[in-house]
Amino acid sequence: MVYSKRVDGRKFDELREIEAKVGVVKSADGSAMFKIGDTIAIAAVRGPRDLYPKFMQNPKKGILRCNYNMMSFSVDERIRPGPSRRSKEIGLVTENALLPALNLEEFPNAVVDVFIEIIQADAGTRCAGICAASLALADAGIPMKDIVCAISVGKVGGKILTDLNKKEEDYEDGSSDMPVAMLPRKNEISLLQLDGEMKQEDIDECLKLAIKACQKISEIQRNALMEKYQTNQIDDQVDKENQDG
Amino acid sequence: MDNISREYITKTLDKGKRLDGRKFDEYRDIEIEYGISKYAEGSSRVRMGDTEVFAGVKLEVGEPFPDKPDGGTIIVNVEMLPLSSDEFESGPPGVDSIELARVVDRAIRESNCIDLKKLCIKEKEKVWMVFIDIYTINNAGNLQDAACLASLAALKQAKIPEYKDEKIDYSKRKDKLPLTSLPVECTTVKIDNILLSDPDFYEERWNDARLTVATTEKNEICAMQKSGKGVLSADDVRKAIEASLKNGKLLREKLK
Repeated sequence: MVYSKRVDGRKFDELREIEAKVGVVKSADGSAMFKIGDTIAIAAVRGPRDLYPKFMQNPKKGILRCNYNMMSFSVDERIRPGPSRRSKEIGLVTENALLPALNLEEFPNAVVDVFIEIIQADAGTRCAGICAASLALADAGIPMKDIVCAISVGKVGGKILTDLNKKEEDYEDGSSDMPVAMLPRKNEISLLQLDGEMKQEDIDECLKLAIKACQKISEIQRNALMEKYQTNQIDDQVDKENQDG
Repeated sequence: MDNISREYITKTLDKGKRLDGRKFDEYRDIEIEYGISKYAEGSSRVRMGDTEVFAGVKLEVGEPFPDKPDGGTIIVNVEMLPLSSDEFESGPPGVDSIELARVVDRAIRESNCIDLKKLCIKEKEKVWMVFIDIYTINNAGNLQDAACLASLAALKQAKIPEYKDEKIDYSKRKDKLPLTSLPVECTTVKIDNILLSDPDFYEERWNDARLTVATTEKNEICAMQKSGKGVLSADDVRKAIEASLKNGKLLREKLK
């Protein structure tokens, strides 16, 4: 059956509603929340800090470590707490998605730890995690040349579309899901995976949708960062005035 | 603020003050948010000052224990996420998070908080298993009380999904989880012979000894745990229980 109308009534190239907030874990060096539809991710950055055991240190530049985890109650069927093969793989591809945007040469022998937690999952969790993580890295003041954004695109019931939800991922008459992460300034791809069958021209079209979606996400990310730092500036000003007074 | 010494804390306490200006038996501000994950049967976020935890309740169907063939089961787990503190490491739950989970478990179990008989589907064969999973988000001290309060909030909100033809339909949640009491834990630490309620990060780090007391709305004490390396006197215990009964009321009011 051809997928002529999306389950939630969206246009085929339409994103779900997005909310981003910077600074959600007080004791972390940087943190952020990223919500897209019913998928919610939070990320926190700790570091740069000393890396042990010592033999893992790189004297030329700092290393990045990403940890991805879904909370047990983030889906209908409870997930057993602790790492799984899936979560370890996602941690790895997340690391590779973020690294090209980072400049860790200032931090030899150190590690930057990124922790991603999925609180509520309605598909697209690795992409939401990457969006939250790159905001958290920026919040932590890690030198970056771009804020990485990510979106899943794909083909459901013969239709190419943006931002699949869980129902679409599970669509009976065929569903292919292609998560993409990008450095939006130059549209450089830093994560690309595919789950399902597609023709080459489908992938071309999917990438076009991904580029379009990432530009939108990038704007939301920038606004979220501005929001935190603008309000802080005001607070600092008020503090200063109070001190002067 | 990165490293506050024990000496600095005790000097301030000698002047009758705590670092954040609270009275010795006073709690930080408490905020409870319900329903942080729509896929949980019940869920909550608790903020106690800068300390923050998430708790979620999930239900599954399983076999009862042979010694309780007509009762549901409770499983409490705490994940001390490395996201929440520089001091928490990745890996399987350490002894601290096991203690934290077991002390929450005891308060819930011993107060008969959940009416387990009502969770029996078929005697000796099928009962509801109640999983309470707690995740730390920010550790600014006293995760114990925050974890217990968050669990209670999630339990209070929890609804049982439909069970039909050997299948759970999580999209249909109807009856509330049957609760019979609201146990609340209150922790007191002792530093240099001074007793402090709701310790913050450094008060917890530098405590000589700690006592967690779980109380119910009937002013009954249903669980206790002394932890920390030092000792308490009988008088300390009496005072800590008094403070826990008093503060327990305040915490329970937040649950309404």
